[in-house]
Amino acid sequence: MREITYTEAVREALSEAMREDESVFILGEDIGIYGGAFGVTRGMLEEFGPKRIRHTPISESAIAGAAVGAAITGMRPIFELQFSDFITIALDQIVNQAAKIHYMYGGNVSIPLVMRTPGGSGTGAAAQHSQSLENWTAHIPGLIVIQPSTAYDAKGLLHSAIANNNPVMFYEHKLCYRTKGDVPEGKYFIPIGVADIKRQGKDISVIATSYMVHKALEAAEILAKEGIDIEVVDPRTLVPLDKKTIVDSVKKTGRALVVTEAVKRSGFSSELAAVISEEESFDYLDHPIVRLAGAETPIPYEPTLEKLAVPQVNDIVTACRNIMAAK
Amino acid sequence: MTMTLVNKAGFNDQQLIEAYRKMCLIRLFEEKVDYFFAKGMIHGTTHLCVGQEAAAVGSGSVLRHSDWITATHRGHGQTITKGTDINKMMAELFGKTSGTNKGKGGSMHIADIATGNLGANGVVGGGYPIACGAALTAQMKHTDQICLCYAGDGSTNEGSFHESLNMASIWKLPVVFFIENNQYGMSGPIKETVNIQDLSTRALSYGMPGITIDGNDLIAVIDAVYDAVERARKGEGPTLIEAKTYRWKGHSKSDAKKYRTREEEEQWKTERDPIANFKAKLIRAGLLSEAESEEILVKAAEVIENAVAFAEAGSKPDEDQLMTDIYAE
Repeated sequence: MREITYTEAVREALSEAMREDESVFILGEDIGIYGGAFGVTRGMLEEFGPKRIRHTPISESAIAGAAVGAAITGMRPIFELQFSDFITIALDQIVNQAAKIHYMYGGNVSIPLVMRTPGGSGTGAAAQHSQSLENWTAHIPGLIVIQPSTAYDAKGLLHSAIANNNPVMFYEHKLCYRTKGDVPEGKYFIPIGVADIKRQGKDISVIATSYMVHKALEAAEILAKEGIDIEVVDPRTLVPLDKKTIVDSVKKTGRALVVTEAVKRSGFSSELAAVISEEESFDYLDHPIVRLAGAETPIPYEPTLEKLAVPQVNDIVTACRNIMAAK
Repeated sequence: MTMTLVNKAGFNDQQLIEAYRKMCLIRLFEEKVDYFFAKGMIHGTTHLCVGQEAAAVGSGSVLRHSDWITATHRGHGQTITKGTDINKMMAELFGKTSGTNKGKGGSMHIADIATGNLGANGVVGGGYPIACGAALTAQMKHTDQICLCYAGDGSTNEGSFHESLNMASIWKLPVVFFIENNQYGMSGPIKETVNIQDLSTRALSYGMPGITIDGNDLIAVIDAVYDAVERARKGEGPTLIEAKTYRWKGHSKSDAKKYRTREEEEQWKTERDPIANFKAKLIRAGLLSEAESEEILVKAAEVIENAVAFAEAGSKPDEDQLMTDIYAE
């Protein structure tokens, strides 16, 4: 199979969906001639034209709301939020409108839209362009929340997101964009709500999201040399969450380490830990659940501090060693 | 000897009498709803549009069935005019499964996609971007539909107003922004919350036409909305209309109305009642008699009583409805 980047995988899914269905279109800031702040839509203006690759004013509320209005009336809009931090401006349309309309209207209308947005730190973009806020939308009934970590997952899940009749929040990660992976040509679907075991292991279940999956896999290589065999579980979708895969993994290993980039307090790591404790996996635990997550601070600019703010490979390695050392 | 009431939409006598009937129906609907809430017979809250009937009927009458509206939290009149079944509206207020939203939305969220009503909105200014999106659909699919976006005076201070009017203008979206300026955003007088006389002057900064009209004059509303709808349908873009009106009742059911005087209320009620004034106009033109007007009221009251009976006969949602329709198939 050919190898392409995460960015290319996202672009392929967008392009394939748009070639197939006239009602699919994209709106967002600088997605046209500029190709998007991270180059995801590069070249798409040339293929699809300015009506379907719709460069917008800097108006996140109008972008999100226009997507809602277009979705209610028969289109399948995809809107790009240039940075996931900017969701603050768009939240009314996402939380109070998109998420609730289907229910509030008695199921009489659906809202088939996708919000694509990059989250995460690691690019020196500092406090207002580096957050991991996915749990804000994961908290809202009516939204689907996806956080793909690999190029393969990104393409298959994005196809599923576009085909879905609900508002789907699709969180990409800036550091994932340049990662490469085997990706099939043509359209394929990865079902929403199915986790993926990225590495089989017997000692510790490391449940990691988004870019933390890559860090966990790197940690796994180091730990393997020490005889510690971790299993890396990638939920891939936060809502709906594939609890069974997580619970089964913990039942097998008896140890759980949760790794997210988002701030620890009230973050999605709390939800993952709660699921493990509430379900039958709890009875299999040989060690308290450990969480590695973002420091409870805004993301700082200076690179050393920025790295300190979120879990790194060494933190995962150390946490796993400590878990295995405890008796 | 009768006289024609000239209007830009070209409505004939019958259509104008129908508009009058609709205004009466809306007022009786609202007064009935007010009664039920005051008696505690319906729970929750509601926002009534008594006094604003000409704004709703004058604007909505110009629209086609296939056109869309986004309604406000004070949207019963807008919804009735667009053609939603009154029985289903009343049932919704009663929380019945026979309601427009199966009892899950209530007064603030009545929606009826089949008649082009994309929904009332509990968030002030929430409808602006949605209306742009609907208009975008019409533009992209090359239909000749337009979207009439209802909003209140207070919402013109929201960011969504600015973002949406600008977007609609640069893309020449087929949307009409119709502000019902009823003078108060809850308790806040608009004259204290903006530093301009007419809200329509804001249109200038978006490069679209803006017009302020007497929102209690049915013909003035019809004329302004007709021009704006024609412009939108021709692909020339949006218009901002400010219809000056007055809400007779409080903001919602809990309002003691301490922020305004009884004298001010009386003045609007006696001098600028949109229904009484239009009735006088119809009578002067020889298009309506007192007896016919009385008959319209009697029949409208019957329609409302039937709606109440329909609502009362409906069933409450089963408990399993709590977790139904959170996600679409």
